[in-house]
Amino acid sequence: MAALPPYASTGQRTWYYTFRIICGLIFFFLIFPILVIIPLSFNAQNFFTFTPEMLSFDPAGYSLKHYEDFFTNSDWQAAMWNSVRIAPMATIFATGFGTLAAIGLSQSHMPARSVIMAMLISPMIVPLIISAAGMYFFYSRIGLQGTYWGVVMAHAALGTPFVIITVTATLVGFDQSLVRAAANLGANPVTTFFRVQMPLILPGVISGALFAFITSFDEVVVVLFLGSAGQKTLPWQMFTGLREQISPTILAVATLLVTISIILLTVLEFLRRRSERLRGLSPG
Amino acid sequence: MTDQTHAQTVLTTQDGVPLKVSISRALRRQKLRSVLLVAPLFLFILISFVLPIADMLFRSVENPLVPGTLPNTVVALQVWDENSGEMPPEEVFAALAADLKVAVAAKTHTRVGSRLNYENPGIASLFRKTGRRVKRFEEGDYTAQFLKADKKWGDVGVWQTIKQFSSPMTAGYFLAAADAQRTADGVQFKPEDERIYLFLFGRTLILSVTITITCILLGYPIAFLLSSLPLRSSNLLMILVLLPFWTSLLVRTSAWKVLLQQQGVINDTLVWLGIVGDDSRLALINNQTGTIIAMTHILLPFMILPLFSVMKTISPTYMRAAKSMGASDWYAFWRVYFPQTIPGIGAGSILVFILSIGYYITPELVGGTSGIFISNRIAYHISFSLNWGLAAALGVMLLVVVMVLYWLYDRIVGIDNVKLG
Amino acid sequence: MKLKSILIAATAFAVGSTAALAEDMTIVSWGGAYSSSQNNAYHKPYMAANPGVNIINDESSAEAVAKLRAMNEAGNVTWDVVDVVASDAIRLCDEGLAEEIDPAKDLAAAPDGTSAADDFGDLLVSDCFIPQIVYSTTFGYRTDKVGDSPPSDICAIFDTAKYPGKRALEKRPINNVEWALICDGVAKDDIYDVLETPEGVDRALAKLGTIKDDVVWWSSGSETPQLLADGEVVMGSTYNGRLFALIEEDKQPVAMLWDAQVFDLDGWIIPTGLSPERLAAAKKYIMFATDTQRLADQAKYISYGPARKSSAPLVGKHAELGIDMAPHMPTDPNNAKNTFLYNYEWWADNRDDLDAKFQAWLAK
Repeated sequence: MAALPPYASTGQRTWYYTFRIICGLIFFFLIFPILVIIPLSFNAQNFFTFTPEMLSFDPAGYSLKHYEDFFTNSDWQAAMWNSVRIAPMATIFATGFGTLAAIGLSQSHMPARSVIMAMLISPMIVPLIISAAGMYFFYSRIGLQGTYWGVVMAHAALGTPFVIITVTATLVGFDQSLVRAAANLGANPVTTFFRVQMPLILPGVISGALFAFITSFDEVVVVLFLGSAGQKTLPWQMFTGLREQISPTILAVATLLVTISIILLTVLEFLRRRSERLRGLSPG
Repeated sequence: MTDQTHAQTVLTTQDGVPLKVSISRALRRQKLRSVLLVAPLFLFILISFVLPIADMLFRSVENPLVPGTLPNTVVALQVWDENSGEMPPEEVFAALAADLKVAVAAKTHTRVGSRLNYENPGIASLFRKTGRRVKRFEEGDYTAQFLKADKKWGDVGVWQTIKQFSSPMTAGYFLAAADAQRTADGVQFKPEDERIYLFLFGRTLILSVTITITCILLGYPIAFLLSSLPLRSSNLLMILVLLPFWTSLLVRTSAWKVLLQQQGVINDTLVWLGIVGDDSRLALINNQTGTIIAMTHILLPFMILPLFSVMKTISPTYMRAAKSMGASDWYAFWRVYFPQTIPGIGAGSILVFILSIGYYITPELVGGTSGIFISNRIAYHISFSLNWGLAAALGVMLLVVVMVLYWLYDRIVGIDNVKLG
Repeated sequence: MKLKSILIAATAFAVGSTAALAEDMTIVSWGGAYSSSQNNAYHKPYMAANPGVNIINDESSAEAVAKLRAMNEAGNVTWDVVDVVASDAIRLCDEGLAEEIDPAKDLAAAPDGTSAADDFGDLLVSDCFIPQIVYSTTFGYRTDKVGDSPPSDICAIFDTAKYPGKRALEKRPINNVEWALICDGVAKDDIYDVLETPEGVDRALAKLGTIKDDVVWWSSGSETPQLLADGEVVMGSTYNGRLFALIEEDKQPVAMLWDAQVFDLDGWIIPTGLSPERLAAAKKYIMFATDTQRLADQAKYISYGPARKSSAPLVGKHAELGIDMAPHMPTDPNNAKNTFLYNYEWWADNRDDLDAKFQAWLAK
């Protein structure tokens, strides 16, 4: 599929292009709703509506007032910083604990594996609203409700199942004899982990970490219960925003986040290519 | 080798330890290591999650309020036959008066009232009103005094409800969650117009399966394309998958509203192109279509990423080998490549299915009336009606459904293919 | 000697500074424009008058009932004053989660000396509840989509022949079943007697069933303004303050249909389980924030009517738009020709039961 070989038959050619078109349509489905919010965030009105002025590209239909609102409103600023403080910490906990546990679970000697597995992925299975109420009650009793660490703990718990599932999925294809080979060659378990196992399961760990991060960064139900005014995150602020009065400020926030992530992902990709060039590898 | 020599020579390792001992020691060490690897997360999840949830779910059967607040009444009611159709004797009224006086002083009588109101509407105000009068009750003929305070005390149904919920444990919440109730003729389904939960369970399952299937259909080609392209193009395309993922669920749901509504972007475009008439705009939102489209969009990355990470580990040499041995493109894909991606499909499907079954914000916003999930009702009972027992019972049922499906999945697809447990 | 005086001065300073340390008070409300109106009318003047108090705003009112219950069970109540709608206040009071209030002792009398109990009158619907505003759930319609005869009667929502297009209604039985019965010919005073019977409920649902396919159901008050602005619905119910913002601030082609508006109350409760000092501080705040002038001040920022009779004459102009607020109040005589008061007692008893029936009806 990588490229069409010169000897491809007509059927193969047709399928090759049809497949590309199908994929293009799916990508369009993925990305179109995101593209729609960008112009709406410049709306001069307080609604999620394409006004006639906007459609005729009249400058009067556009304005930066929702961005101004985001940057000058202390509620939004506080919410953004809270999100930035909570999500990475929860991701670190979830990814660290989750990866170790996934490796432990994938070994054939693990006792009572299925029971433990079921328990570890339970945060994903229990409907969020039940988790939120249960945690709220329990954390109140142990004094964690309305604290930074309480929210981090809850979000980390919600994120671990993703790490476990994605890492175990990559470990299925992992050849355990590699570990034995490394040990045979004199590597200690820590070296083996970082030099042999980790690079191979890294895609799983990264996608697990992404899930864990998004779980926390986009989570609204649990934080609504567990947090107090001091832990109000962006989704919480968006949620009250949508409920109390619809304002395109949340679209402005979303546009900013999308822009930041485009820049971040592109920079990462260029760094990767650069390091490959420096190491003399042909760009893959 | 004779039997004798076999009995004498014990296989040993180089340093003289019998091989059997050495192996079992190594196995023990390995076991210990895997336990140690899992232990931190196990403890973490136990404390941060499992205990809180167990505590919450236990509410589906406990019923401490009635026996705790009305201890004398509960005892007095034991001699009364609730199916006789007759009013309870004077002793019961006397006991209730004594209990209520204590409860009013502690301000707990209204809590019993609201607890019993879930079962029999009207009891909340009955207890509230009677609580105001009971302080002035005089010694003797309590039956008459209660009836004077509120004639509803003459309704046998009220007493039946009190008696039914007088034990510290109850199955009442589970009955309610199964659209059933206890009547004089045993457990029966509620009248047709009040049944809702089983119906919603069914709909939640059907819609979640549909969403999972659309996610597989849309996610598989994308993951396949990404894993087969050279790294530099696949990484750029990956950004397109990750972008929606970085965008808040609330924002994406709102975006779908803008797109799908009748005066929305899609309908406007179709009308402009002349495909549909201005007066026959398509209903794409506030129904199941809306829920399926929006939730597929939201959950698609949860399918693509696990699929991609599994496909990435599949060496292209397998396909080449198959083709070089004469397999057609399709045959090589279907018999060689596809089976190796099943762990990814499994992991992705489980993620998508389980996530979608518990969603409620998106269905609430785009689902209208026909796209609502069971979690919406659970949220209602937790946040508004305060009927946490019923919410917990519905939650337990949802959990059981998920567990059963998980088990079935294990039997049919095989958990070895997913390595989930 | 010198050392001693320094020590004394230092101690005095230390003690003084502890006393001056702001005392945190967490006040829970709804967020958005409503919270900011409270901030302007109550919090700012209160903190100016009491430099020792620091008010923290928490926007959890929508989850307040559930959160208060969990806090109470855990014995760790972190909120001091909570803004809730009256029906939630009744529920909280029943559950023993809200403190009972004595109007004579805990609330300020009107400037002319009328007692608080008389000033609030029958709006004191629960022993635990201090009303703040009267709001109403009423209808707005698109002026450009109703032709030459704009609706003036509530039953226009059921008249799809004259006013074609979708309607937005709240996704719960409260208010909708009452409107349905009114338009099905039931007299206003008989509505709850009719609803008490299963046939009455069926009758209300049958009437709603005539427009079921034309309804967009909303669950948060901000949806109807958005739907009206988009032209997605031709008329829809929501809180009158949202419609005021839509018409006067956002200048949308929308007008109010005040007929058969349903009055409801929003106000304060104090949670149970506070320490005596915090309880006293919360009561002090309530005494201040619900006096005649403060309630009238809030109406400068949002178009909800003050709950005290004595506040009504003091209602002035909108703080930013500069328009007279009185004609936009749901309680204004021109708007309140035909009103309906939410029956708290009845709904407290029947809410869950009817809601189950309503949801079952919706789902099918």
